[in-house]
Amino acid sequence: MSENQIKNLETEFEARIARDEKIEPKDWMPEKYRQTHIRQISQHAHSEIVGMLPEGNWITRAPSLRRKVALLAKVQDEAGHGLYLYSACETLGISREELYEQLHTGKAKYSSIFNYPTITWADMGAIGWLVDGAAIINQVPLCNTSYGPYARAMIRVCKEESFHQRQGYEIMMTLANGTPEQKEMAQDALNRWWWPSLMMFGPTDAESVHTAQSMKWKLKRKTNDELRQQFVDQTVPQAELIGLTIPDPDLKWNEERQSYDFGPIDWDEFWQVVKGHGPMNKERMKARVSAWENGAWVRDAAVAYAEKKKEYKSKEAV
Amino acid sequence: MSKNWPLWEVFVRSKNGLEHRHFGSLHAADAEMALENARDVYTRRNEGVSIWVVESKYITASNPVDNGELFEPAQDKVYRHPTFYDIPDEIKHM
Ligand SMILES: [Fe+2]
Ligand SMILES: [Fe+2]
Repeated sequence: MSENQIKNLETEFEARIARDEKIEPKDWMPEKYRQTHIRQISQHAHSEIVGMLPEGNWITRAPSLRRKVALLAKVQDEAGHGLYLYSACETLGISREELYEQLHTGKAKYSSIFNYPTITWADMGAIGWLVDGAAIINQVPLCNTSYGPYARAMIRVCKEESFHQRQGYEIMMTLANGTPEQKEMAQDALNRWWWPSLMMFGPTDAESVHTAQSMKWKLKRKTNDELRQQFVDQTVPQAELIGLTIPDPDLKWNEERQSYDFGPIDWDEFWQVVKGHGPMNKERMKARVSAWENGAWVRDAAVAYAEKKKEYKSKEAV
Repeated sequence: MSKNWPLWEVFVRSKNGLEHRHFGSLHAADAEMALENARDVYTRRNEGVSIWVVESKYITASNPVDNGELFEPAQDKVYRHPTFYDIPDEIKHM
């Protein structure tokens, strides 16, 4: 194809997206669109998969059967989300093996929030309430994104997320209404998860390199700062309602903006964790890689069994 | 040895009376496992009453490049639609 032809195709492609048409796997697409989507969708899938680890940590120690079935179902949903997203990503011409390889070698990123430890039961509450809450705000606009398979996966994901957030908030509420020790445990979890949750929306708009392109392709509808503000405005009253305090001395209602002002985010910490120096980066990858490697014999056995059954069937047919 | 599990497409009938609809895909060693995995991945909340799985490599798909040739001819066949035909106004329903 000549350069001119490609230019024409690109113009037509952008126009289709502007008209709110969806792009499907076999449609022509600019290479940059394909690569950007592979990166974002796989990063998203990896986050769902790694995101199971901090919560999986507490399944065996859930304080009641009710909490245990809920947490188990939530973690299973996250596995499902990872699988919807991997399969959407594979429609762009990358294999599952390559995607896993990128995760396991550290070439691909996942959400930094999962590099923090879950040290008490209250962390299950804080994660569901804050981390899933932030994820919902990030994800809802994606139900309308331009790439069909991604949009369809996100619709399924979003439908399942609201239970995650509610079960988390319920845990926090129960602890906050409990003994002084339990309330303290809830407050401590909020203290530790608040700032990392705000970082989930990514760098400030001034620092964010991808925003304009992402807006055009509907990978983004609002900027990082707008989404972060939405999260703060929505979450502060929820904390107040159960008698917990947001750990930010600068947090203040701004009458003029009809929004909360909040204190500065520690971006040094954010970049440290992104670069692999968070408290749990190594642990998470170790757990993930060893699960994959120790499961190899099971995957191989399943293939051998499938082949044997096929052979048996074809002999039977003779 | 490590052989990768093939890719399967999953179709789910959400209730009797409706057709099976494409839900997504997954990897499995064989058809039986594909069905089991499809149940866990795509029907955790009563989304279905019946599942089909087919190995992705058996699906033949049309290419969007041929869309003009394939689908445009239908556009000028207006006589396939009821509005093409003139009938007296007195006839209310036909
Ligand atoms: Fe999720
Ligand atoms: Fe979730």
